[in-house]
Amino acid sequence: MPTPILMPALSPTMEQGTLAKWHVSIGDEVASGDVIAEIETDKATMEVEAVEEGRIGAIYVKEGTAEVAVNSTIAMLLEEGEDESVLEGLSPDGGAPAAKSPASSDEPTAEKQQASPAPAPNGTAPENTAPENRGGSRIFASPLAKRIAAQNNLDLAAIKGTGPNGRIVKKDVESALESGTAQKGSAKQTTDGQAQIGELTRAMPAAAEDGEATPGSAVIRPVSDKEIFATYEEGTYELIPIDNMRRTVADRLTVAKTTIPHFYLTIDCELDHLLAARKRLNDQAPKEGPSAFKLSVNDFIIKAMALALQHVPAANATWSGRGILRHKRSDVAVAVAVEGGLYTPVIRHAELKTLSEISNEMKDLAQRARTKKLSPADYLGGSTSISNLGMMGIKKFDAVINPPHATILAIGSGEKRPIVIGNNIEIRNMMTVTLSCDHRVVDGALGAELLAAFKGFIEDPVTMLV
Amino acid sequence: MSEQYDVAIIGGGPGGYVAAIKASQLGLKPVLIEREHLGGICLNWGCIPTKALLRSAEIFTTIKHAADFGITVENPGFDFEKIIKRSRDVSKKLTSGIGFLMKKHKVTVIEGQASLKDKSTLSVKTADGNQEITAKNIIIATGARARPLPGLEKDGKFIWTYKEALLPDEMPARLCVIGSGAIGVEFANFFNALGSKVTIVEMADRITPAEDEEISAMAEKAFKKAGITIKTGSTISNAAPGKKAIELTIKTGDKEQTETFDRVITAIGIVPNVEDIGLEALGIELDRGFIKTDGHGRTNIAGVYAIGDVTNPPWLAHKASHEGIIAIETIAGHSVPPLDPMSVPGCTYTSPQIASVGLTEREAKQAGHKIKVGRFPFQANGKALALGEPDGMIKTIFDEKTGELLGAHMIGAEVTELIQGYIVARELETTEQELMETIFPHPTLSEMMHESVLAAYDSALHI
Repeated sequence: MPTPILMPALSPTMEQGTLAKWHVSIGDEVASGDVIAEIETDKATMEVEAVEEGRIGAIYVKEGTAEVAVNSTIAMLLEEGEDESVLEGLSPDGGAPAAKSPASSDEPTAEKQQASPAPAPNGTAPENTAPENRGGSRIFASPLAKRIAAQNNLDLAAIKGTGPNGRIVKKDVESALESGTAQKGSAKQTTDGQAQIGELTRAMPAAAEDGEATPGSAVIRPVSDKEIFATYEEGTYELIPIDNMRRTVADRLTVAKTTIPHFYLTIDCELDHLLAARKRLNDQAPKEGPSAFKLSVNDFIIKAMALALQHVPAANATWSGRGILRHKRSDVAVAVAVEGGLYTPVIRHAELKTLSEISNEMKDLAQRARTKKLSPADYLGGSTSISNLGMMGIKKFDAVINPPHATILAIGSGEKRPIVIGNNIEIRNMMTVTLSCDHRVVDGALGAELLAAFKGFIEDPVTMLV
Repeated sequence: MSEQYDVAIIGGGPGGYVAAIKASQLGLKPVLIEREHLGGICLNWGCIPTKALLRSAEIFTTIKHAADFGITVENPGFDFEKIIKRSRDVSKKLTSGIGFLMKKHKVTVIEGQASLKDKSTLSVKTADGNQEITAKNIIIATGARARPLPGLEKDGKFIWTYKEALLPDEMPARLCVIGSGAIGVEFANFFNALGSKVTIVEMADRITPAEDEEISAMAEKAFKKAGITIKTGSTISNAAPGKKAIELTIKTGDKEQTETFDRVITAIGIVPNVEDIGLEALGIELDRGFIKTDGHGRTNIAGVYAIGDVTNPPWLAHKASHEGIIAIETIAGHSVPPLDPMSVPGCTYTSPQIASVGLTEREAKQAGHKIKVGRFPFQANGKALALGEPDGMIKTIFDEKTGELLGAHMIGAEVTELIQGYIVARELETTEQELMETIFPHPTLSEMMHESVLAAYDSALHI
């Protein structure tokens, strides 16, 4: 009996993804463990492995198809001796129920277990990958209803449609507007990024007291596509399609920068002790074997930030509509630039890890980020981020907070500078860092306290030992 | 012994008979009671026979202008009796069709006069005596009749209502039409086209007062050009019937003027047929004489519905039919949206035609909308010029903030067939965006709808 191969879920909240690539074609024999396809979500590309042996009898979803629903049948596996004729009458839909039969039910489960990360640590960190209104089933709404909902920042998914076949019409949106329901963020889900972003959005007007937040996100009107295409003569540019990662970066950071009241604190750190310690540690490090390591300045920064958060626990937090989450661990996300975008894999429990552990883990994460092999477990959660452009010669910059984090630390380059010590000018290795804070959670004094603690660890790295 | 029905419908006009068909389709057992003839005013004395007359007038006008198209016709003329007969034949053909539809849908039809005994019992006076009918639900669809003008009630001689005007005993040489709603201006156009000297007397300050002001102004200009005399802001202060003609004193402002007419058509509105159907005994609530209903046709008495001209305006056949559908769906327990008066189109079959849906510009502003208005003239449309119909305009009104299509107003050739595009757009709740992105066929009059939408956003192409 043919076995359906189902679209796997890469994370517990994933509802759809892109079938990026098929590694097999119809007629190919596959063995258990063979990579048969690649699935792409907003952030990750995952390989789908065959869990049974057999021959590919049918492929229902073409390479490059976006928004393939989780658990829909993407292909059919034939048992030995079966030929394509057994597939007659079976369709992706018709085939799907077969997945419930005992013979095939373990495949999707196995796929799921294999592909799904453990739930986010301590169960509180929201998935931060799903931009709004993506990944759900299609919502039927009239163009007018959609526009009014968008103009009033209403979540169509939370509105009940009364039009033909439940289509959402103007009247439905207007009554939602009147009753105050369906405001983005009032949605029931509190465990996914959708609600999280929504809550950020809703909370925005009250918190928009600090300079950088743009008030009135409901009426934000970016330059329309029409205007853009009218401005630039055709032929003078190349049009690059927007992929999942780009879209996610765009959506998330737009929401972040427009709904989180950012403010910025800048401080200079002296690096001489750190550089000396680094040299000593690296010089005597094993060059080969499992305990080999080579520490970078960034590894010290991760560790220092992790310890600073433990010292100033009030800053180790996440704003939510239901209350402020004060995190117990220091899970530090580190921005890794890749072609076409960036990832922010998380070093978990960084406060407990040694520098060499952090260093080696970071190398592995960065490597997997560049090859797009990160799983959601690698990048979900965290309470702060580190973005380092020092190696690019940037002296100082302000980073955009990566929700649901409360802070992000922007690292400038380490360089020799003349500084005043006592009444003398001396040459020291200096590094300028800027902390972006979510003012709803981290006030100015608290941010300064966090930054001072960070500076203390950086300037005297021995203190990180205790 | 009375028979039990799911729904009894009083009145077989476009509201009642459509309701009966729908009831049958939904598995309900309907009975339709009609006192005169199936099809109601619409098919017998309204929409259809007048369209037949106007078609004759239109063809005659076109033939008179044959030379404009390079066609030579000498001394075109017409046979008035045959024009009237054709109109009656068209009407007859359709009404007999209704009888067939009732049979097809197994609707019991009773010829007689019904009145409500209680909210589920009807007493029906038929040729064979009285009959009692019980039904779980009752729909009142008794329609309306011409509103008589005090001092100018029909006299069997000079004063006509629409009914006499459809069966004229003669072609009046001098005709006065009182009232310039759809019925008034259509008759004025018909008789004017055949050679009557027509005067329209309208109390309001403009003709077709329900339409957008710009449309009214263009209609007035077109009618005057066709030879019709128009007196707005005017009333009849005196009527003196003579032997062969009637003298009317027309009062405009402070000025009075007496003119002689061979016939007078009064078309100043309608009165609902609410008498002798037992409304009082049941305590059914009225509003300004019309039966008061909610958006689903419910009266204040549970199980009793009312639809069509006997209820609130607009008084139009298609509104009655739609209300019939809504009432039956409601009776069948379906959830249906109420009638949206904003989405009821209105059509007037004059030359040029007038069609509209939604709010006029003034109404939109009064309702507090900030609006975007687009206009496109027939003069700039290829098909209109090819047809020899360069007069007219299509106007669209959008809400500036949401892009909702608030209203559309058209005057010109065939606009009554064009308006449906906007009605569909309204029903689907499209915004200006979807209308702009729609491909309209070339060359058609419908391109003007597209251009009018584009014009509202300053992006019309052909002007």
